[in-house]
Amino acid sequence: MNAAHVWIIYRKELRDALRDRRTLISSIVVPTLLMPLLLFGVGKVMQRAVTEAREEVPAVAVLGGSGAPELLARLTGDARVRLVPVPADWREAIATKRLRAVVEVPERLEERLRSGETAPAVRIFHYQGELKSENGARVTERIVAEHRERVVTERLAARGLGPEAVRPFEVRRENVAPPEKVGGNLFGGLVPYFIILLCFTGAIYPAMDITAGEKERGTMETLLCSPVARLDLVLGKFLLVLTGSLASMFFVVASMAGSALVGGAVFLGSAGSAAAGSLPPGTAAAGLGSLPTIDPLGLAGVFAMVLPVAVLFSAVALTVSLFAKSYKEAQSYLGPLIIVVLLPGMIAALPGTELTARTALIPLLNLSLVCKEMLSGSWPWGYIALIFGSSSLYAAGALALAVKMFNREDVLFRS
Amino acid sequence: MIAAHGLTKVFRDRRRGELRAVDGVSFAVAPGRIYGLLGANGAGKTTTLRLLATLLRPTAGTAEVAGCDINRDPAGVRARVGFLATSTALYGRLTARETLEYFGQLHGLAPDVLRARIATLADELEMHDFLDRRCDRFSTGMKQKTSIARTLVHDPAVMIFDEPTLGLDVMAARAVVRFVRACRDRGKTVIYSTHVMSEVEKLCDVIGIIHGGRLRDEGSLSDLRARHGESDLEEIFVRVVGGDPAPPPLLPPR
Repeated sequence: MNAAHVWIIYRKELRDALRDRRTLISSIVVPTLLMPLLLFGVGKVMQRAVTEAREEVPAVAVLGGSGAPELLARLTGDARVRLVPVPADWREAIATKRLRAVVEVPERLEERLRSGETAPAVRIFHYQGELKSENGARVTERIVAEHRERVVTERLAARGLGPEAVRPFEVRRENVAPPEKVGGNLFGGLVPYFIILLCFTGAIYPAMDITAGEKERGTMETLLCSPVARLDLVLGKFLLVLTGSLASMFFVVASMAGSALVGGAVFLGSAGSAAAGSLPPGTAAAGLGSLPTIDPLGLAGVFAMVLPVAVLFSAVALTVSLFAKSYKEAQSYLGPLIIVVLLPGMIAALPGTELTARTALIPLLNLSLVCKEMLSGSWPWGYIALIFGSSSLYAAGALALAVKMFNREDVLFRS
Repeated sequence: MIAAHGLTKVFRDRRRGELRAVDGVSFAVAPGRIYGLLGANGAGKTTTLRLLATLLRPTAGTAEVAGCDINRDPAGVRARVGFLATSTALYGRLTARETLEYFGQLHGLAPDVLRARIATLADELEMHDFLDRRCDRFSTGMKQKTSIARTLVHDPAVMIFDEPTLGLDVMAARAVVRFVRACRDRGKTVIYSTHVMSEVEKLCDVIGIIHGGRLRDEGSLSDLRARHGESDLEEIFVRVVGGDPAPPPLLPPR
């Protein structure tokens, strides 16, 4: 290996890449804009949907309300719901969003209550997964529950007891997890997922440009005429691809942090705070506030663990696109690979996928899992070493393959 | 100096099977001489020249180029050879100067030597007007000049030209021919492949007719004319390669 040659080639490729619009877009522009677009685009749309669902007064119908005039009166008088007559096809009406929920009141409910009989359940029909229907059902359930509370209070009063007779003490949950832990759990799956994706897309464009693209434009033969060893050629080109991959990763993380800071202020200010606060945990908006508190040490750990994977991606992208005759052919090979790369990240994001000795050896899946751990502040050193070691091994193998590919004349002169 | 000894290149293709692109080719070119490799498309010209430039490795045989063996010291060969082909393009996003700097650096030229060399080449080839412009906006003539300067940046002893006038207009092609002659006049060893008879007649001191990967005949233009009793080179060429689908080689491999 001639380090001077490698350096000359790397410098020229870097200058060339910085003048290539496609490479700049894939390595800098896309990673920088991705997170703000996701947060402010998708986040905003989601926030609006949630607010809209909350602000809507749901249309609710009552089935068999004649046996419970008091409950019916409460529902009618409550501004939180809009009572409508029950249509014959009420199930269909919920499905087609004409109706948000239907309350089914058991026959002679209040008569049974007065006689001390146990009554069957009040059923609320809704459409699961439909935001507005679920919201309608929740509001209705609250009104019915409040009515039940009142019945209980009346019964107690009749026996000369206060409400504390059935509720002698309160039960309350308190969070002890520091904010970065919450952030790590919510975003632990998401951050590595984006880093892996961008790490790969950042590698493929430069890789295609300096291999298949060079073949197509006829500059590969010019370069092969120079007295540079093929090994130096691969290493110089490989370093450029790695630079693209790492740059893309750097920009996605920087923009993630930036948009989280800005986004946190936007979403957690004014109307956003109410919506975010009352959302069930685990939804995106709820975690927005905790993103800026992601442990910087964890993030540094993520970077260190991604390094061998960036090497792996760069070498694979280089090998595959060198094999292709043209830019187009290279694209058709590397496009589907993106899905292959994303799959382990998706699996890792599923709840219940844990880091074990077996999953620690599966490339990419292991990275996603260990990143989740590190971002939530725990450092399983044994696994970290195992994952870093195995990833480095895979990366070295891929790089060796790229070097081998560059020494094959049938690949270099494939036409 | 170029001396090829039984150069053979076999390509293995899954669909077409074995293809002997170059088959036992031997010849020699002395410094200050132009050797013309004349042949139809697919005759084995490009493969022969790529073997000499060490872009490809021979299946059998060897060659000595500027004192280096192509099998034992390919990097040494490349350091002493200038290779110009229609398929050797320029980096569109680099300027002409950056291109020359890049290849000069890869050839290990010191910065001050390289600067002086680029100035000399720009003078000789009249490149000053476009030296600092990007190659993708060049005319064909400007590209040709930059490519020529690129092959000369390390002042090689041996020049290999693979159909350098292909696709050029008359003026650009004349400029290339003039340049090839200038290389010979400076004492460089030149090998030149083409299928254009008139170029061979004008340029080459020795002509080798290649067909089906084999060298079928060789000699100066007057040698060939005398041997075949024919003054027109095209007629000689057709007689050497045509008619008989597989005539026995007129020259035994050396």
